[in-house]
Amino acid sequence: MRHLLSTRDLSRDETITILDVAEDMADVAEREVRKVPALRGKTVVNLFFEDSTRTRISFEAAAKRLSADVINFSAKGSSVSKGESLKDTAQTLAAIGADAVVIRHGASGAPHVLANSGWIDAAIVNAGDGTHEHPTQALLDAFTIRRRLHGADSRGHDLDGVSVTIVGDILHSRVARSNAWLLTTLGASVTFVAPATLLPIGVENWPVEVRYDLDIALAAKPDVVMMLRIQGERMHAAFFPSAREYSRIWGLDDERLAVLAADSIVMHPGPMNRGLEISAAAADSPRSTVREQVANGVSIRMAVLYLTLSGEGGKQ
Amino acid sequence: MPARTVLQQADITRALTRISHEILESNRGPENLVVMGIPTRGVILAARIGAMLAEISGTVVPSGSLDVTMYRDDLGRNPTRVPSPTEVPPGGIDGKTVVLVDDVLYSGRTIRSALDALGAIGRPSIVRLATLVDRGHRELPIRPDFVGKNLPSATNERINVHLLEIDGDEFVTIEESEGGE
Repeated sequence: MRHLLSTRDLSRDETITILDVAEDMADVAEREVRKVPALRGKTVVNLFFEDSTRTRISFEAAAKRLSADVINFSAKGSSVSKGESLKDTAQTLAAIGADAVVIRHGASGAPHVLANSGWIDAAIVNAGDGTHEHPTQALLDAFTIRRRLHGADSRGHDLDGVSVTIVGDILHSRVARSNAWLLTTLGASVTFVAPATLLPIGVENWPVEVRYDLDIALAAKPDVVMMLRIQGERMHAAFFPSAREYSRIWGLDDERLAVLAADSIVMHPGPMNRGLEISAAAADSPRSTVREQVANGVSIRMAVLYLTLSGEGGKQ
Repeated sequence: MPARTVLQQADITRALTRISHEILESNRGPENLVVMGIPTRGVILAARIGAMLAEISGTVVPSGSLDVTMYRDDLGRNPTRVPSPTEVPPGGIDGKTVVLVDDVLYSGRTIRSALDALGAIGRPSIVRLATLVDRGHRELPIRPDFVGKNLPSATNERINVHLLEIDGDEFVTIEESEGGE
């Protein structure tokens, strides 16, 4: 694997390889010495143009557990605020000798530009670009679902026959996009539930079913309910009348939680708006995988960094 | 040049039986023994040796697997390797006598990686090395304690180990490789 830019161009076998390697990486986290020398001497730059807590520390922990050197770069407090372009930043990183660049950018397609521009000859890992994709989040979601279904016996399994309902702000959600491609590649069926104003144009061409009523969707007893965050920072128009109305119609509250099948799980990519898209009881219930998702995120990112950076000069 | 068979199935079984006896002899019994195989075929051999040790001594000897992929020194020189699972037996390896098992001992680099990998899991009191075939050409100061067969070879030859559990048949052959190692 040269880069990880999107889940759309991952095949089923490639995806299962990443998930299986992540299982091995999860084992590393349980050892006495939680570090392997696999990426000794490699430099990973976390290039974050947007704020992030869990993704950045997750990538940092992953790189450190693989013995890579990590340079954290956030746009705030850097020359980007003096007007430096992405090209100049990339060339600076190339001059420093970065072997991999983990990039989060507000513009959809920024990682793709970095990977194909020739500005820098490093492995590029997309850590979220605009409203486009967030591939490692989808991979860790698939990993979490697979572990809940198969436990320690997860290696080699796909998600055939699993039904996943993704609820909320699909329009602004790169998590929903990455999951729609990845989960269907693995054989799961995906349903989107959202107010019509929060669905992207062209959603009818995606490999998903679309519903507008959460109660009808939940009555179908999906195996997985994934709640998305209402992204206040990207809401530049009125997409729904009020937060309270949204919460009543599309939020996972205590009553809807009670409707779910006994073994179904509730996911959220975080950070959560408790009381808006998800109630505190739903977020803290045993069905909730929110904390597992964070822990699994480190294993997935270790697998992605390992697969992009090991091998001849990091290339295949 | 056609492949020449150097060990038949019965020879392999005899070699493993002898190795098991030698392990018990040098350890003065089955106490504290743990057998750890290196994937892929070392794991099968370790499980067989573990079962033989149990049969001979009447005491259960735990066996497991030890993946060394992420400790290798040639990760940057070869296509990406996908790691295999590591399975540590329930009792762990702290203070135990660990017998590492691999199918073919060659440069010794895999064993160096295995020693590092072992150190990440715990601190065994003694580490021994058993191998089905020792083909020579060591590049590091590493030597085996238990050897099934010493097989002097040229560097351009390949040793193929087939085991029933993985390959469906069982033998060890040597052949001249076309592209070299």
